[in-house]
Amino acid sequence: MNFTDIKQQSRQSWERFARPDAPRVLVGSATCGRAAGALDVLRAFREACAGDPALDDVHIHEVGCLGMCYAEPLVEIRGPGGGRVLYQGVRGDMVPDLVREHLVGGRPVFNHAVCMMEGPPVEDLPLFQELPMIRHQLRVVVRNCGIVDPTNIHHYIARGGYSGFARALGMDSDAVIEEIKASGLRGRGGAGFPTGLKWGFARKSAGKIKYVICNADEGDPGAFMDRSVLEGDPHAVLEGLLIAGYAIGATHGYVYCRAEYPLAIERLQKAIQQMREKRLLGRKILGSPFAFEITIKKGAGAFVCGEETSLMQSIEGKRGMPRSRPPFPAVSGLFGKPTNINNVETLAAVSAIMEKGGQWYAGIGTEKSKGTKTFSLAGKITRTGLIEVPMGISLRTIIEDIGGGVLDGKGFKAVQTGGPSGGCVPAKHLDLPVDYEHLAQVGSIMGSGGMIVIDDESCMVDVAKYFLGFTENESCGKCVPCRMGTQHLLRILTAITEGKGSVEDLESIRKIGETMKKASLCGLGQTAPNPALTTLDSFMDEYLAHIKDRKCPAGVCRALIRFRIDPKLCTGCMACAKACPVGAVSGKKKKPHRIDFDLCIRCGACRQACKFNAVIVE
Amino acid sequence: MQARKARKAINAVLKAHGQKRDNLIPILQDIQERMSCLSPEALHMVAEHLHLSENDVYGVATFYAQFRFHPPGRHRIKVCQGTACHVRGGGQVLEAIVRKIGIFPGETTEDGNFSLERVACFGSCALPPVVVVDDKVYGRMSARKIEKLIEGLE
Repeated sequence: MNFTDIKQQSRQSWERFARPDAPRVLVGSATCGRAAGALDVLRAFREACAGDPALDDVHIHEVGCLGMCYAEPLVEIRGPGGGRVLYQGVRGDMVPDLVREHLVGGRPVFNHAVCMMEGPPVEDLPLFQELPMIRHQLRVVVRNCGIVDPTNIHHYIARGGYSGFARALGMDSDAVIEEIKASGLRGRGGAGFPTGLKWGFARKSAGKIKYVICNADEGDPGAFMDRSVLEGDPHAVLEGLLIAGYAIGATHGYVYCRAEYPLAIERLQKAIQQMREKRLLGRKILGSPFAFEITIKKGAGAFVCGEETSLMQSIEGKRGMPRSRPPFPAVSGLFGKPTNINNVETLAAVSAIMEKGGQWYAGIGTEKSKGTKTFSLAGKITRTGLIEVPMGISLRTIIEDIGGGVLDGKGFKAVQTGGPSGGCVPAKHLDLPVDYEHLAQVGSIMGSGGMIVIDDESCMVDVAKYFLGFTENESCGKCVPCRMGTQHLLRILTAITEGKGSVEDLESIRKIGETMKKASLCGLGQTAPNPALTTLDSFMDEYLAHIKDRKCPAGVCRALIRFRIDPKLCTGCMACAKACPVGAVSGKKKKPHRIDFDLCIRCGACRQACKFNAVIVE
Repeated sequence: MQARKARKAINAVLKAHGQKRDNLIPILQDIQERMSCLSPEALHMVAEHLHLSENDVYGVATFYAQFRFHPPGRHRIKVCQGTACHVRGGGQVLEAIVRKIGIFPGETTEDGNFSLERVACFGSCALPPVVVVDDKVYGRMSARKIEKLIEGLE
């Protein structure tokens, strides 16, 4: 079957799926949807529709993530009227109502509806593209997530998938590399190295056997962009890998995916099997002389394996420890052969670029940072989720407009970008355009795209300690600056949070940090001090409060705080007494309560439980 | 009798993989999936199969956080300690579990009912704090909710 026939077949399959008169249910069941109960909802829909002859032709599909994770589980229903309505926060017990009213009756259930995905306007429901969270976004990498059935290759092809690869096959491989160069795409794994240039190096390396690797070892805590793409649209990534393979002249590709993402691995396996069925893998792909195979490698839980040389060691069956460069992987990489390695998001962008052209992509973004970037927006923010925005958008737009501002109306303190390798951008830089250059200017990095919002109830010393605890644990121990540096930084930061720090410690943090940046072997150690250094720059007053006044202004560091109940605000509702794990709260019903300081373990459960802000931190 | 059964199962895994070194991690993963942990005997057999020293095999197995050398409890509780969970109270949830079942991360209760692990990040950062019990993901946890959940399992 040639590609025109495959496309024809795919279009028919898509038309059946998209036919406006066919009732249909789409349940967003990526990992985050599942955590919110999507599988129960899915089961409820299947049960409600089974056995009812009137609902025989209702199609129920699992789809990926639309990015509105705060509203999960999300369900899209298309009733007999044809309009597609998106519902949020769906629970199993709401399903019979949704089925009866909307799926059978054609009347959307307005109190749970968020928006219309498509179709004639219904009352005052906004369109999906007009939602405050969606309006500023530009969906390139996540173009299909939540829209297509990720287990159906036809859907992907019908929406333009693999036509970029088919186009590449008709071009000279150098021309493909030129197209990527023209797009201005830079590596989305964090470092931001121009992708086309990287491919050019691997292309020029001599050797019959070459490899391409997709780095899906998304280890940054607080980042889930790659997981969402792999779960919601695996073919977009695999097509990118195929194009990379063709461009550099590789015959074998690896996807190195972390084992903590079982659903992503399952989706990848299924997708690869479908590629084989469509002759998009194997020999003579689409009738050309190009041959290619893809193997999935499961990671085994080591953060350092996100670093390219460690990742390759891990594929080879060794301890995942980095090695010094040069030689760079483009010259001597996996099994000593020329190797090109790209991140998930980079490859998903590659497939879009080859479909729509490098010029199109270069038209998005800023002068030096082209295209779009996905971010996982989490922490103390109203609308958590996965977003994709054009480069150069301001942090303020992301946090206030897209994310809906800080959770519960609290004050914005900082946003942490780039995970354990990144830094904290304080409120004064809110109007900073988000691109590689500007984030670097303020000491942070773009990183892979984790964005954690921090409010004034979070302690910045504690945040720095948290990240150093992570990198100290994940440091592979091969080079001294990283192994010893992370240990010392963690020890110093811990002492400060316990009120045992001194002003000299701050100078030590700077000195150790600078040494680690200059002397560590790989990116892990070179960037590990960033969380401490950037918080020290922007939040010196918090460090000094811990050291000089022995106080934690945010009320987080336990050794430095005490909880007290304000008798004027306490209503005696007993919520705190019930929440207290050690029985430190006493008091009669409807009478003000009090906390026994000797028993209190300062866990903060009472403060969380209190609806009247009566629990005060001192 | 049981030892013979175990050897048979391990041999079946070894047979399904080649003898090149790059099979080492997939082999260890498959054995752990079948046997729930890596026994000294299993590692010995893997070393022989791949013509590696046992030392080398231990080196790899201990490097990666995924591999266990003791059987886990009947219920496996994994607590996410990612950034989003950390700032939304993941630490308190972990403490509540420690208080409730009386073991620290990396341990198994004496009755073999529970084991506790801390995980860097599950990537479900929109629903913090997250706890995974027996591969089911629970979002938006709190100290109280996790206590109730554990009571339901006991």
